[in-house]
Amino acid sequence: MEQAARLARLTVADEDKDRLAGELSAILGFVEQLNAIDTDDVEPLTSVVGATARMRQDTVNAGDYPERVLANAPDRVTDFYAVPKVVE
Amino acid sequence: MSDLNRLTIAQARKGLDEGNFTAVDLTQACVDAMAARDDLGAFITPTPDAALEAAAEADKKRAAGETAPLLGIPLGIKDLFCTEGVQTTAASRILQGFTPTYESTVTSNLLRDGGVFLGKLNLDEFAMGSSNTTSYYGNVVNPWQSAAKPDLQLVPGGSSGGSASAVAARLCLGATGTDTGGSIRQPAAFCGITGLKPTYGRCSRWGVVAFASSLDQAGPMARSVEDCAILLGSMAGYDPMDTTSVDTPVPDYTAELRAGVKGLRIGIPREYRVEGMPEEIEKLWMETADRLRDQGAEIVDISLPHTHSALPAYYIVAPAEASSNLARYDGVRYGYRADAPEGLPEFSSLEEMYATTRGEGFGPEVQRRIMIGAYVLSAGYYDAYYNKARRVRSLIARDFEQAFQTVDAILTPTTPSPAFGITEEPTGVEMYMNDVFTVPASMAGIPGISVPAGLSKDGLPLGVQLLGKPFEEVGLLRVAQAVETAADFTATPQLMA
Repeated sequence: MEQAARLARLTVADEDKDRLAGELSAILGFVEQLNAIDTDDVEPLTSVVGATARMRQDTVNAGDYPERVLANAPDRVTDFYAVPKVVE
Repeated sequence: MSDLNRLTIAQARKGLDEGNFTAVDLTQACVDAMAARDDLGAFITPTPDAALEAAAEADKKRAAGETAPLLGIPLGIKDLFCTEGVQTTAASRILQGFTPTYESTVTSNLLRDGGVFLGKLNLDEFAMGSSNTTSYYGNVVNPWQSAAKPDLQLVPGGSSGGSASAVAARLCLGATGTDTGGSIRQPAAFCGITGLKPTYGRCSRWGVVAFASSLDQAGPMARSVEDCAILLGSMAGYDPMDTTSVDTPVPDYTAELRAGVKGLRIGIPREYRVEGMPEEIEKLWMETADRLRDQGAEIVDISLPHTHSALPAYYIVAPAEASSNLARYDGVRYGYRADAPEGLPEFSSLEEMYATTRGEGFGPEVQRRIMIGAYVLSAGYYDAYYNKARRVRSLIARDFEQAFQTVDAILTPTTPSPAFGITEEPTGVEMYMNDVFTVPASMAGIPGISVPAGLSKDGLPLGVQLLGKPFEEVGLLRVAQAVETAADFTATPQLMA
């Protein structure tokens, strides 16, 4: 559970840890049933519509609007996102 | 209060064209209905003033001789679609205050065609849920009430619960939804309306807050098959901004609605009879098959052998993609950022700022799913979980491909139960069972539609689901129209405006 929380970059309160561990185990237990299916000769599905990736011109097609990009920043300094000062 | 809000889109277009009322009249009726039924919690952000302005603009255009497929039609927008200048929350605290500086492709298409937006509709947080009880902005209430327990508030289904509730309660004429594992079809069934999940790639995902990118698909929710066909015609289309959008022409989805089902072959998959399913659902399913047979369709028993593997495979694929998509919420670029721990001037590390922001910003269901996702994608488990699920997904897709060699459409129940009480909500894996009939089509990317077909013994709506071949929504809608006509579903919810 703590490994999964770390990978997901989540702070989990101590009092929630037991509950969450139980819930995650239940889900992982539920998906275990897939092991009963023989998939030895089956390729993993990559695209449901069978579309192949398209090429596009390698040109700039957007940009140069910092105000639009930064409009929702919780904190900014001039044209940069700002993060809290971090004491290492 | 006028009852213009109760019109279908097709009826409203006719009335507007004939000059019987204006778009402002129509929109005002919806705005009044929204205020009268505020208690349903269907809207997160209503935008009545902007709607009335847009309606006045539509009336001007109509007076000037302009036409457009949705000119002056009031619609609700699931709050997962980015709308320029209007807060877009995904029903999550972590997107609190996020006001997009751009418009999603689907909503742009609706605006291009004259749609009037009434506001942003409630949903499960990040579209994760089947009951609309995971929203940071509160539960949505189903406008239907059970005859057995009239005091019990029922869930509208999810994740497009606000859309379903608003359409059923006549707060808007139609709404957008999104469907990842059943999020359009299941709430449509619970609320007695029609909801269509198009083929994956038919509607652009650009500007739609991402949940599971290989499954997410936008679609219409409305009070008739014809209205869904009209809305899809505006929503669908190739978009260079979405690399999975498919470049195929948008047909007239209403073209074959009255063509009937004579000579069509409709498959009944035996695997959709599940243990514990109420008899009334099985009965309605068979009755619907009989009605199609009476209209000249041939009913064929088929097998989709991997049906029951779809749900466990989905609960690997969807969380895996969600954990990747939701990695972008870090409190730096938009939305919520946590404060430093009490008594301290700042976080001890940037990592702590991210983790605290995400711990406070995401609700419990989202946290569960991104943890599962991070786990199944992690080194050492990727093959055993994620690749295994993708292999199973190939088998599910193959089942449908083989079935469609012999049938034109597949008929199933939409859900294994009618709507349940908000306080009776099942938990964990049991809750996931709600989507047992809708997830397989999502995994295969094929289109599916839920049509209200009857009432349960307690007077709650029940839906049937039709599944079709990829990009053959025209044919699917044709069968759906036959089901709608034969079912003659005219019941209305108790909490209707």
